[in-house]
Amino acid sequence: MVKELEEVVDVPVVHVCTVVPISLTVGANRIDPAVAIPYPLGNPQLNQDEEFALRRSIVEKALKALSTDVGEQTVF
Amino acid sequence: MASIRVVHYLNQFFGQIGGEEKADITPFSKDGPVGPGTALEKALDDDMSIIGTVICGDTYFNENIDTATEEVVALIASFKPDLLIAGPAFNAGRYGFACGAVCAAVQERLNIPVLTGMYEENPGADMYKKEIYIVKTGNSAAQMRTAIPAMGRLAIRLAKGEVVGSPAEEGYLARGIRKNVFHEQRGSARAVEMLLKKIKGESFDTEYPMPIFDRVTPRPAIKNLSQAKIALVTSGGIVPKGNPDRIESSSASKFGRYDISGINNLTAETFETAHGGYDPVYANQDADRVLPVDVMRKLEQEGIIGQLHNIYYATVGNGTSVANAKKYAHAIGEELKQAQVDGIILTST
Repeated sequence: MVKELEEVVDVPVVHVCTVVPISLTVGANRIDPAVAIPYPLGNPQLNQDEEFALRRSIVEKALKALSTDVGEQTVF
Repeated sequence: MASIRVVHYLNQFFGQIGGEEKADITPFSKDGPVGPGTALEKALDDDMSIIGTVICGDTYFNENIDTATEEVVALIASFKPDLLIAGPAFNAGRYGFACGAVCAAVQERLNIPVLTGMYEENPGADMYKKEIYIVKTGNSAAQMRTAIPAMGRLAIRLAKGEVVGSPAEEGYLARGIRKNVFHEQRGSARAVEMLLKKIKGESFDTEYPMPIFDRVTPRPAIKNLSQAKIALVTSGGIVPKGNPDRIESSSASKFGRYDISGINNLTAETFETAHGGYDPVYANQDADRVLPVDVMRKLEQEGIIGQLHNIYYATVGNGTSVANAKKYAHAIGEELKQAQVDGIILTST
């Protein structure tokens, strides 16, 4: 999906995912490592504010990936 | 008394522990065969037996790759095996990755033959087919009946040090190994034969398939984030409560597009996951954990991004074929192009 979206829309795409080796094999160009498979952008152990802050940090990294030029597959 | 000691690696599901709710279980071992191990043992020679089974949850393995590999290899080593068989994993991505990683580690550290079985499109297959033998299987456990005899045959060859034939003869995924053999016909004659078949439009088998490099060029970065329109897409199955499009929990036949205009937060009352390949409890409590609408709205308010695109797209990436994933992404992409988005965040579980 990540490759086809980048090809068709012709804009940068960042893949937020937990199992980075799979994303690398699939061929994502920009990869943002996530927390866990059932909650990539969260952590039920944290309180609401802490969890929001964690999610924000992952999204900010995704945005950084989208605004960074890459020449090859890059894990942010 | 059997002389060849075989150990079998399984996930929590085939290890008969439970489904996704048990996917975070840590590795442990049991004596003798479990689940598909019973049929597998019957497919082996009489002097081979499955002396132990090592079971590990798929989520635990994939979230803790290094420690899980250590733990699983130690458990396998304690049986002093002569051969390791993992899976088959069919098209289960996390299971396939675990089978590949365990086989590769055992082959390297215990120096014994290993094999597993997977569907060709399993991401674990692409990652490990050069290092280990992966028997080609169907894409679901419904094909267990054909997978087991094929794996048994190759297991016998490997355990007994017999010559392993070509990928086509033995049914494993090509490893990219070239072997010198004497052929009754010289190369030029074979090449001309192939050429004639090609001209006639007949089918022929190449002796040297070209590798497929399926990569896309990274697109240039977004220059001004505060002016950019960003879209969210997920393969994690986040849908409005009630799953209005009835996206299937596995092998999804479609994707959904959902309007989030005016929505600042996904709640347990309004959104849920349709995905059947991970424990849905956490996403059902708060779907922002998979599709971060709350954070994106906040960043939009603060002017860090220009805007969040008001339509998000979702499908269920669980046993989905590569062809379907590509087809859905193509259709989604056409719409996002029309919408003139500047960047896309794709989240996966």
